[in-house]
Amino acid sequence: MSNTPNTLKYTKSHEWVRREADGTLTVGITDHAQELLGDLVYVELPQAGAKLAAGKECAVVESVKAASDVYTPVSGEVIESNSTLGDTPETINKDPYGSGWMFKIRPSSPAEVEALLDAAAYSAQVASESH
Amino acid sequence: MGHRTPLYDTHVALNAKMVDFGGWDMPLHYGSQLEEHHRVRQDAGMVDVSHMNVFDLKGKEARDFLRLLLANDVAKLETPGRALYSCMLNAQGGVIDDLIVYYLDDALFRVVANAATREKDLAWIRSTAEHYGGVQIVPRDDLAMIAVQGPNAKAKVYKALGDPLRAAEKLKPFHSMALGDLFIATTGYTGEDGFEIILPTTPVRDIWEALREADVAPIGLGARDTLRLEAGMNLYGQDMDDTTTPLESGLGWTVAFEPADRKFIGREVLEKQHRNGAPRQLVGLLLEGKGGVLRAHQKVHCDGLGDGEITSGGFAPTLNSSIALARLPAGVPLGAICEVEVRGKRLGARVVKYPFVRHGKSCLT
Repeated sequence: MSNTPNTLKYTKSHEWVRREADGTLTVGITDHAQELLGDLVYVELPQAGAKLAAGKECAVVESVKAASDVYTPVSGEVIESNSTLGDTPETINKDPYGSGWMFKIRPSSPAEVEALLDAAAYSAQVASESH
Repeated sequence: MGHRTPLYDTHVALNAKMVDFGGWDMPLHYGSQLEEHHRVRQDAGMVDVSHMNVFDLKGKEARDFLRLLLANDVAKLETPGRALYSCMLNAQGGVIDDLIVYYLDDALFRVVANAATREKDLAWIRSTAEHYGGVQIVPRDDLAMIAVQGPNAKAKVYKALGDPLRAAEKLKPFHSMALGDLFIATTGYTGEDGFEIILPTTPVRDIWEALREADVAPIGLGARDTLRLEAGMNLYGQDMDDTTTPLESGLGWTVAFEPADRKFIGREVLEKQHRNGAPRQLVGLLLEGKGGVLRAHQKVHCDGLGDGEITSGGFAPTLNSSIALARLPAGVPLGAICEVEVRGKRLGARVVKYPFVRHGKSCLT
């Protein structure tokens, strides 16, 4: 079974979001997503300063199996991306919620943040997809 | 539900990720495809390949029949036990399937062909054999098959299955021998040393367990694919099919034009292509820098020489870069830099010789 921490928020497209004390959000892909993709071998991240609209593709993860888009969970400006993933994309497989984080974003719409899924809702969606 | 090999329950018990593979429920990986790949390159791994289509050709005319049926010449198999890789062609020179044929005795040849092409192959062989009344085609669904591959594979097979197996030590590459119930061959699809073991379905689980106890790692079809791609081996249905000839698929070395008086199906088309040059070629590609992963069906642009397509591509774990086989117009030289369309971008890739990897080491210069 994949791990879905209660402290995080989620999207239907399998990103996780952590609210930081300074009001920014850290984003990555879920344990379930990395499990489905298999071993990751390439990651493309958004540039700091990029202004992103919710629901748009903003990053790419490629596994031994396939390429997959990562979608912006909420609108905002990218503050930083995790450049260590360029050389070690497998970090996402090993630690999807920790050192496998992908980018940090300053959200522009509090309502979008509120609308993210909680762990129970995300788990329910994953369960329904696997049937 | 798809077809299941006798090891299906074993894979499930090992937590394999099971996927549909040409109508068979097969293990993709047992946790990490990358780790499995490295295990085979550095130590020893085993793949359940019981889905492969094994059949025997029996009868005094079997040799003559195979000399007509196959583009390579079984007359090269001078001593019992020897094996030969060949394409089986249609009259247009297109590849119906690729296979390995083992010469067991003068009235018995064993063939291992692909699983997904099973019905097509058998129908073609049966219809071709109509003129060879004496040839019997016997599918061997009673047999399973395990490929044990890697630098330590042979030593671990002896350890797991006992000293009698050491008789196989003397086998050169592309040879085989029967040892009790086991048919042991020094063939494979990884570019490493090892055995392919064909055996009755009943003891296959015990053999698999004994190999596991000798620390041979279970390997899924995912790693098998990256291993064969690094080894520069074609995959039927991807790198070649009924519409491409062996000469357009990097398999000219498997076509025996000599002796000139041997008739084989597809010969006329191939001879013409051989004389005039094939319009397309299969090449190796190495991605320059990073920027993505080369994958099947991506378009390749070769400056001034036309376009082509990747037939197999992926991340090469041994090389830590992305490689591919691609069908390009004839005339694109080694060393040329082509552009591959990867997710809307154009990435540079160099035309290189393949195999990319042999015996655990890069062949790239």
